[in-house]
Amino acid sequence: MTLPVTGPALLPLGIVFGFAFGWLLQRARLADTNVIVAQLRLRDYTLFKVMLTAIVVGGVGIFFLHADGLAAYHVKPANLLAVAVGAVLFGVGMALYGYCPGTGLTAIGTGSVHALIGAVGMIAGAIAFAFSFDWIKATLLPIAAFGPVRLPDLTGIPDLAWLAALAAAGFAALYLLDRQRV
Amino acid sequence: MSASTDITTPAALRRMRIDWTPYLMGAGIGVLSWIVFAVADDPLGVTTGLSAVAGFVAMPFTGAEAVWHNSYWAQTVPSLSYGSIFLLGVILGGFAAAVAARQFRIETVPATWRQRFGNSLSLRFAAAFVGGALEMYGARLAGGCASGHGLSGTLQLALSSWVFTILMFGTAILVGSALFGRAGGAR
Repeated sequence: MTLPVTGPALLPLGIVFGFAFGWLLQRARLADTNVIVAQLRLRDYTLFKVMLTAIVVGGVGIFFLHADGLAAYHVKPANLLAVAVGAVLFGVGMALYGYCPGTGLTAIGTGSVHALIGAVGMIAGAIAFAFSFDWIKATLLPIAAFGPVRLPDLTGIPDLAWLAALAAAGFAALYLLDRQRV
Repeated sequence: MSASTDITTPAALRRMRIDWTPYLMGAGIGVLSWIVFAVADDPLGVTTGLSAVAGFVAMPFTGAEAVWHNSYWAQTVPSLSYGSIFLLGVILGGFAAAVAARQFRIETVPATWRQRFGNSLSLRFAAAFVGGALEMYGARLAGGCASGHGLSGTLQLALSSWVFTILMFGTAILVGSALFGRAGGAR
């Protein structure tokens, strides 16, 4: 088998990878909207713990895979105005929905009916975006557009230094927050 | 909460147990991202696949022509692809994990929401629908969601993804705290 897998052989793998992602999110309690909202109210840090660990473990692995030519980067372009406006809309939406898209889909599987309603909303949002795409592309996307840049290229600080600093600061902060609330 | 008088003593601090579950599951997601990058040559993400699905949903309403001629769906082609099959896997994975842990249950109005906004089904459903729509529009505008940017993008140390993730959580925390309040009530 040669990697990466392409074509129809990839389809069954989509099920397998998706299944693993949904399973892990549910076991991490992130299919529970109460846990997501508790993170937004800064009363429970489960979401940040999961994300930080995934970013650090994932980042170190992808760094070495990429260095060995076993994985390609897929860096999204820094169209910073569109990214900023999108992030704010997403943040408002997440507070109302009580899920992000991945945890919302997982929650459908766990029996959350309002997660399903929100997923219907997501499809409506995607359709609205598709039909406004020409306008967005002409107006918002070109503003503050810096292309697919990475922080190490931008700053000259190496990848592993970024990840080590992120891990040290993040895990220390989470540990202190846990201690504080005992 | 009632037995919380002595919790600052050294003995109580020693009793503090770290719950490793979120860290273990996070590490699992990190390892999954290695496999997905190497095997599928695709970052772990949700909303790109969902946009392709949305193309199919739009067809009966707008006509197939309008979808096939749309400039966005020309680049995110509605098809039975890896990205859309992945979404089905996510739902099945959540279902299997919930059943295995005996945590599957039908939830219409979640506890945190009920405490603040009451038991109205239509209010909760309306908020979920509007929230989902805003979230998706924002994700497509930014080029990714909490998975595509927040996870796959940040772990590649992408500038766009770090800007997205910081602003997204900043906004969600401000709005979430304003909606639900920071203090009081159940967690």
